[in-house]
Amino acid sequence: MYGWIGKLARIDLTKKSVVVEDLDPKMAEEYIGARGLGTKILCKEVKPGTDPFSPDNKLIFATGPLTGTGAISSGRYNVITKSPLTGYIAASNSGGYFPAEIKYAGFDAFIFEGKADEPVYVWVNNGKVEIRCAKHVWGKDTSETTDILVAETDPDAKVACIGPAGENQVLFSCVINDKGRAAGRSGVGAVMGSKNLKAVVVRGTGDVKISDMKAFREAMAASFKKIREHPVTSQGLPTYGTPVLVNVVNQHGAFPTRNFQTGVFDRAEKISGETLSETLLVRKRACFACPIACGRPTAVTTEKYAGKGEGPEYEVIWAFGATCDIDDLEAITKANYICNELGIDPITMGSTLACAMELYEKGYIPKDATDIPLRFGDADLLIEAVRKTAYKEGIGELLAKGSYRLAEEFGHPELSMSTKKQEYPAYDPRGSKGIGLNYATSNRGGCHVRGYTISPEMLGVPEKLDPLSKENKAFWVKAFQDVTALVDSSGMCLFTTFALGAPDVASMLEPATGIPFSTEKALLAGERIWNLERLYNMREGLTKDDDNLVPRLVEEGMPEGPAAGQVVELDEMLAEYYALRGWSDKGEPTPETLDRLNLGKCKSRCVCEEA
Amino acid sequence: MEKLLLVEHEKCTACRICELVCSAKHCGVINPVKARITVATFLEDNFFFPVTCQHCEEPLCKDVCPTGAIVKNPETGAVVIEESKCIGCRMCSAACPFGAISYCSADRKVVKCDLCEGEPECVMFCPWDAIKYVDADSAMVRKRRDVGDKLKRALQEVKV
Repeated sequence: MYGWIGKLARIDLTKKSVVVEDLDPKMAEEYIGARGLGTKILCKEVKPGTDPFSPDNKLIFATGPLTGTGAISSGRYNVITKSPLTGYIAASNSGGYFPAEIKYAGFDAFIFEGKADEPVYVWVNNGKVEIRCAKHVWGKDTSETTDILVAETDPDAKVACIGPAGENQVLFSCVINDKGRAAGRSGVGAVMGSKNLKAVVVRGTGDVKISDMKAFREAMAASFKKIREHPVTSQGLPTYGTPVLVNVVNQHGAFPTRNFQTGVFDRAEKISGETLSETLLVRKRACFACPIACGRPTAVTTEKYAGKGEGPEYEVIWAFGATCDIDDLEAITKANYICNELGIDPITMGSTLACAMELYEKGYIPKDATDIPLRFGDADLLIEAVRKTAYKEGIGELLAKGSYRLAEEFGHPELSMSTKKQEYPAYDPRGSKGIGLNYATSNRGGCHVRGYTISPEMLGVPEKLDPLSKENKAFWVKAFQDVTALVDSSGMCLFTTFALGAPDVASMLEPATGIPFSTEKALLAGERIWNLERLYNMREGLTKDDDNLVPRLVEEGMPEGPAAGQVVELDEMLAEYYALRGWSDKGEPTPETLDRLNLGKCKSRCVCEEA
Repeated sequence: MEKLLLVEHEKCTACRICELVCSAKHCGVINPVKARITVATFLEDNFFFPVTCQHCEEPLCKDVCPTGAIVKNPETGAVVIEESKCIGCRMCSAACPFGAISYCSADRKVVKCDLCEGEPECVMFCPWDAIKYVDADSAMVRKRRDVGDKLKRALQEVKV
């Protein structure tokens, strides 16, 4: 095949067997790759109601047809599984160098099945797959694990692994690759840990074939030019990284502070992207094949928080900063390094901590129920809380379950800032209505990278929308969700969409794969993938009631700032959204919609019928 | 006019697009190991350095070639392999201090940077101008001016 390699490795950790299979070309064309392909495989192969930590759950590492091709920012893969945090679909995206190496090693995807009886890692070397003992790295952090496994395999090998948090099945642990990049959300690392799979090590020197190199080069060059000319992708992100958003979002009064009690953080300047660049940033760095280079290698020299690593990104600065009422950038950065080392999603970590702080300050967590005081503004608490969570010590045992289960335990689930039990990221939807609808409808729960309406609502890209208006937001949310599903599945990075659109993605997909991809066909694939995820979630018990936002966002007016008095008018937007999607008023795709998307065999709640 | 590839490692972000477009142009496939350029990447130290043929004034590869297949173009300065004379002995690979001459098993021949006949693909696609193809005589003048610029900024910063 062109673009795709055409091979999948099925790795049964129980039987310690490996089978190499051909990629079904029809499935590839319909579901593209990465997020779409992984979801399709999960739907087909994992029975409804499977416990996420059961050996019957599968863990899928999948690349897209553009991964490793040199298409713009095409160094990405997805980790797909049933999420232990939400109970629904998990598809977590990461860049770095590891994903492209999977293609050069001769595979599009790995399907991990079963459970090893003792810790193992998988060594993939140019088409050969070997299951090896990992007892000597079990318990070690992600950096040390990476160094040890590179030393015993190949100096050019790339590593994705879990840290102690994944081993201990913290519900929001990640899979870390290349030491500082993360398939971060929904607890994919915990599923890996439940399979006793410590790491996947890959080395490849094979070709990725392109169907029409001349046309591919032209399409790539045209997109390259757009990326290099757009102010967000050529200046904002390379210069300040994602933290460029701190001041922007705060100025919109939508920078969630003290567990979303307000949207204005009065000390935002101290933790801004500008401040990070002036103080801790070492230089800018790119993922594979990426002309944007938003990566932030940093170093902290102050003894108390000394260290070096990657990040913090915008979301982390918020999660350990504003929402915990903390303005110490060095403490935030150090906590981020520890999240990378222990393999923890800092968004859910910070948000869970903020939730715990509110519960504690309101007296809902009794003083004797926690071994550490959980006060807003306590920077020293960050590092201790992350460590305790990863190792499930003291209050960490409860923090490790995420904010929803924590708040429920203490009788106040409404104080968990989450939808479908996954925590919201760093935008208060009362100051950005579209993102509220996206949080409510995202197939993996609270999440910004499914339909990033912040782009039009705050950055004016591709056009400026009034963030406080609900008008037409359903249209934008659907459009962004569909194009994002396409981009994620192609192997490109979402950040390209500031400058590129579906026509650009299609323009690279077609010559790379040799399969005709009109813009319409590519977008239809995105919509198909979105609907398949929805069907998967419905099969796992999701109903309309799960498309919600917490009461604070729909009932309590924003107390101050540019969005003062605002609430999210979710019900009205949701009805419009369902209609646009071709879903019933119960939020279920109608038979006509399923037929239009060629999902007709997926009879409503069961997508397993399709062989 | 003679031109040369000028690498400014401080500008490199380790995206490795140069490797990808090089393999695409010369081999018709995407494969970093087939590229004539490699970004030596030391992530821990945040040091990235694109390494390729330096098109030496006194090319060791040329000196050791038993068939005289390697020549230096006096006009462009490019050191290139004349395929018809190459016997594939790989002595040039052994001699090159930069590892710039590799052996392509698919084509069963040694390959190296040929400056893309004056329009280097790596230069065209480097997002940050970390690799430039510039007039040989003035290349270092530009670099010295850049150093001066850095000093100027530093002085402006310390001046209160």
